[in-house]
Formats: sequence, structure tokens, C-alpha cells
Amino acid sequence: MFKIDFSDQKFRAIIIQTIVVGLLAYGLYWIVQTTAYNLEKRNIATGFGFLNDPAGFDISFSPFIKFVATDSHFAVYLVGLANTLLISVIGCIAATFMGFFVGIIRLSSNWLLSQIAYVYVEITRNIPLILQLLFWYALLINLPRVKNSIAIGETFFLNNRGLNSPQPIFGENFIYVTVAIVIAIIVSIVFSRWAKRTQETTGKQYPVVLINFASVIFFPLIVYFISGSPLDFENPELKGFNFVGGMKIPPEFVAMFLGLSIYTASFISEIVRAGILSVSKGQIEAANSLGLRQNVIMNLIIIPQALRVIVPPLTSQFLNLTKNSSLGIAIGYADLVHGFGGISLNQTGQAIECMAIVMATYLTISLTISFFMNIYNRAIQLEGR
Amino acid sequence: MKILRISALLALVTFFSAPAMAGTLEDVQSRGYVKCGVTTGLLGFAAPDDSGKWSGFDVDVCRAVAAAVLGDSSKVEFTTTTGKTRFPTLASGEIDVLARNTTWTFSRDVNLGFEFVGVNYYDGQGFLVPSNLGVTSATQLDGASVCIQTGTTTELNLADFFRVNNISYEAIPVETNDESRENLFAGRCDVYTTDASGLAATAAQADNPADWVLLPEIISKEPLGPLVRHGDHVWGDIVRWSLNTMIIAEEKGLTSSNVDSMVSSTNDPEVLRLTGNEGEYGVMFGLPNDFGYNIIKQVGNYGEVFERNIGSSTPLALARGLNAPWTAGGILYSPPFR
Repeated sequence: MFKIDFSDQKFRAIIIQTIVVGLLAYGLYWIVQTTAYNLEKRNIATGFGFLNDPAGFDISFSPFIKFVATDSHFAVYLVGLANTLLISVIGCIAATFMGFFVGIIRLSSNWLLSQIAYVYVEITRNIPLILQLLFWYALLINLPRVKNSIAIGETFFLNNRGLNSPQPIFGENFIYVTVAIVIAIIVSIVFSRWAKRTQETTGKQYPVVLINFASVIFFPLIVYFISGSPLDFENPELKGFNFVGGMKIPPEFVAMFLGLSIYTASFISEIVRAGILSVSKGQIEAANSLGLRQNVIMNLIIIPQALRVIVPPLTSQFLNLTKNSSLGIAIGYADLVHGFGGISLNQTGQAIECMAIVMATYLTISLTISFFMNIYNRAIQLEGR
Repeated sequence: MKILRISALLALVTFFSAPAMAGTLEDVQSRGYVKCGVTTGLLGFAAPDDSGKWSGFDVDVCRAVAAAVLGDSSKVEFTTTTGKTRFPTLASGEIDVLARNTTWTFSRDVNLGFEFVGVNYYDGQGFLVPSNLGVTSATQLDGASVCIQTGTTTELNLADFFRVNNISYEAIPVETNDESRENLFAGRCDVYTTDASGLAATAAQADNPADWVLLPEIISKEPLGPLVRHGDHVWGDIVRWSLNTMIIAEEKGLTSSNVDSMVSSTNDPEVLRLTGNEGEYGVMFGLPNDFGYNIIKQVGNYGEVFERNIGSSTPLALARGLNAPWTAGGILYSPPFR
């Protein structure tokens, strides 16, 4: 029974823990109080009303959302969020592919290949990311000027203001092609599952990859020609100061993409290497003695087991890449920190509010990534049989 | 029970150690130097020389304050601020005065809780382009890429200007003047826009300044001046009258080299008051009466400061223009010292 007795160890533990929690709570309360008091006294924090005020400045890089200077600061937030997500998603995909590639060739028995991978990893992961970003940016803005652009077949133009490429203009009938692509993908997935089941029950194999690849490419292509080629391209054209028309990928984006993916890929490649090495050598030797081909060994024996080791640290790398995208401010990439956490903050002077929103947003993005990666991680864990 | 006593003590200590702010003047006097916020480096306005000593037009405002308060113009600690960090740095008390070509606007004065104590440079926003671009007016800039420092009033003026003239542009946002310069010289942007004085400083740093032209349009009023926090009126008055002292000194013909002889020979009562030889003006805000003399002797009058840092003999070669005394066709006009 519980009784008041200071010689009782359990009782003392409860008292001490209560006091510690109480002190912590008081300390926290004091910090919040003091901060709020000082902010109010210095006119620093005055609420979120500014979100509806017109921004008054322009953002040039906004591929998804149309933005003009009369839009609100909340629109600035949305544009920044979209740009952050864009570079994060593309960066994570590229870094994963590059990381797997480098990780595998690092283990190659070819001495030259594995040394190249080794040098790549050691150079990129040992130089601070911000320096790499500045390096890529400096490289890109020293490309030829607009008037002397490097032309690739009169449709692509590379200069120090980015890569100008033709813009696809979708005709009315393009909807049929879109539908065809969706159908082809669904059919491919169904076919893959059917083929896998068939193989498990009968042992009969089908060239799944080849058939799926053909159906996803050729079916939409046939529909495209039947519906009257509903796709045109608008070529960029040099008019006045800049290229007009077409699409443009600015150097800020390219530098971010190169910097983030190359840097993160070096870490991922080490994770992949560790994952592959964690699969016991005996299994590989057993597979070899069964006469399985190398790619079958890789795909069916090594990778499924390696993934269990790879996925948790891979999640951390995705989180790192996303958070590192905030370094875009150093080279003027219009992400969340640059646009909303920077320009809006400065134009309105609402530093605390802007930073709180930006921090909450990064937290949400990171937790979302963790959530989905954890689901994936559970899905690939060893199943007891 | 001991633990309870200790925790109660801790609570008391934390409660009473809530930050208390004394007057800025007392802080500066007990600290022994003025903390001043300047740019990260803008030739002529605030830039460190080879030995790390700061000089420039804005720097001299800080030096004048130090001369007035501490009697020694060298007792200044400079903190570099970007367009973005300048206001939080001042608001948080990291610096005592911000002298960083900051435009005096309504919302900064009122909403951000600062007090602009005066104008030390009447500027306007202009456009700098390479002369081989063949542009003679800003209205021909349709479709151009424009380098712009983020978080500035010029950023807002730029958007307004292009909107009003119904022409388009691509904004290339950069953080500092140095980045703008690199981007402009590399051709990442066609145009750099900021205050005309800043553009002159930028062009002066080019390999061949003649390759760059300032377009004739001045699209905004940019009254630049030092500012302090709201609420400390004594300190605000000190910075205001340090600046005004330099302006009056020029009007009266007092320079750092002739101030001693002028004081002994003149019978102009305002000169005598300004230099502390008549009346008890300094003590009214807690300074020695000769604070004005110290400013003029150690830093110089407004005209000297202008010529030394950004005037016709410097690489910037800025004309006095609006920044001449009202007696010489400009709009510099200090309230009387009496």
C-alpha cells in the first residue's frame, strides 16, 4: 500500500519526480512568459493579420501557382511551400537512384569502378553542403550570357539564366492520351501481380518488365496518333533581354538540384553499401551454387534483405534533404525560407510569426515523410512464417 | 525538504532575473562604447579598410554619436546587418543605433516600433545597366532580369513601377549588395536596382566604371537615416542632435580644422552654443556641454563627411544635389540650436 514514508525508496522517487516535473513546467512557463512580455514590450509580435496583406513584391520562380505582387503574404507562403516540396521530392528521387547506383558500384569487383565511387563519396560528403551549392551556382552563372546561348537544335538554349526548353501545349484530345496512360499503368500493375502469383504457384515466368514497358509506351502512343497528335511545342525565342515562350529552368533550381542530390546521394550510397554487406555471404554463395544469375541474386535475395537495414537511415536522409533545401536562401532559390521566412518576414517585420509558421511547416513535412517511410518500413520487415 | 527550499530559491531567482532595460545612454556610458549597426559593406557608406577600421558616410554618424556621448569618436563597435537582420538586431537591443541606408517609411516608423531621428541622405531608387545594352530609359526594360536586394523598400517600388508601366520583368532576389554586384557583372541580371547612391558605389567597383550607366528615372523617394528604438527619447534626441550638429556646423562654416579658431574669434551665438561655450545645452540630455565641439573636431561637419566618403573626389563621385544645405540649394535643414 501507498503511505507517506520518507524511508521508502519508491515514495521518495515519486516525490522527486514530481518536483522535477514541476520545476520543468515552471521553467517553461517562465520562458514563455518572459518572451511574450519582452516581445510585446518591443512591438515585435503583433499577430497573424499580416497574412492577408498584399505582398507587394514579385516572385519569379513559381512553376505551379500564378503569383503577382498584389497577392497576399499567404500566397507567398503557398508559393514557397510548393517550391520547397518540388525541390525536396525531385531531390529525394534523384538522390535515391544515384545513391543506390553508387552504393552498388562501390561494391563492384571492378577496381576502377569501385575506386571512382569511393572518391565521389569521400569528396561530396566531406564538403559542407552550402559550399557545394555556392560552387554549382557560381559554375552556372558563369555559363555563356543570353546573347551567346549554347543552342541545342534551335529548341534548347542554355545560358547563365537557365535552360530554355520547348513548352508542351496540350490539345483538347490529349485527355484521351492521359486516359490511355492511366489504363496502361493499371493493366501493368494487375499483370505484374498475376505474373507473380502464377510464378509462385506454377513456377512459370513471364517477361514482366518488357511487356509492361511496351504497354505503357506503345498503347498511349497509338492513342496519341489516333486522336490526331494533340500535342504541340512552343519554342523559346530570344526577344529583347530574355528568351520568351517555352519553359525555363533557372540556374537557382538547377544548382539546388545538383547540390542536394549529389550531396545526399553520397550518404545514401554508404547506407546502401552497409545494407548489402549486412546480407550474409553464405546466402550469396548458396545462390551462386544454385546457378542463379547475378541480377536475380541481387533482386530476389540481396535487395529484399538489405532494404530492412537501408530504410530507417534512408528516412533520415530524406528528412535531411528536405530540411537542407532551406539553404536555397544562399543562392536565391525561392523556397519557403527565402520567400515567406525571408522577404515576407522582412517586409512586414513579423519575425516571430513568420518563423513559427515556417518551423511548423517543416515539422509537418518531416513528420509526414517519417509517417509514410515507417509504413513502408513495416511492409518490408521480415515476416515470420 | 532541502530540495523544496532549493527549488523555491531557484524560482525566486528566475523570477527576479527577468530582463530589465535601463536607459540606452546609461548603458553606453557604463559600457564605454556605442554599438552601431551598419551594412555588410557598401563602398563609401560603410566598409572596413585593409586594417579592419570601418569608415564611410553612415559610419561617421555612429562616430559622431560616440564623440558626443563618450568624447571619443573611435569608441564604436560595428555590427554588420543585412537588409533582413537589421530590424530584429535593433529591436532586440543588440545595437544602440542603426545607420544603414535605411529608408524612413510610415510602417517602419510606426508599426515596427522604431524612431527615425533624421535624414542623413536624401536618395531615390534608380537603375544601373551596362552601357552596351543600349537602354536609355527604364520603361524600355520590358522582359529584363532585375537584381534586387530582398526585404527592401526598393523591392516594393520595383514591383509597383513595372506594374504601373504595364511591363514585365524577372526578379532575381539576392541578399547583399555584393551578391547583386556579382550577379550583375556575370550577366545573370540585366539591371540592378537600388538607391542611386548604392548604384554609384556598385559601378565604382566595376573593372571599368564607364561601362555602366545610371538610367535617368528615379522612381522613388528614399530618405535614408539613422534610427533607434521607440521609447527611449533621451537616446533618440542624442542621435538626432548629433546629426543636426553636423548639418548646422556646415551651415555655419565650422569644420574640423577651423573649429578652434572660429570659436575664439566668432561672436555668432549659435556657434558658441553649438560648441558648448555658451549655455548649458549638453547637460539637458545628460552629456557634456562640449558634445557638439567633439563631433565637429573629431568627425567634421556634414559637408566634410560627405566629401570624404562619397563626394566628388571619391570613386563614387556623388553630387551634393538634394543633400546640400538649404542655403546652397539643397534641402538639408536642421532646426535651430537654441
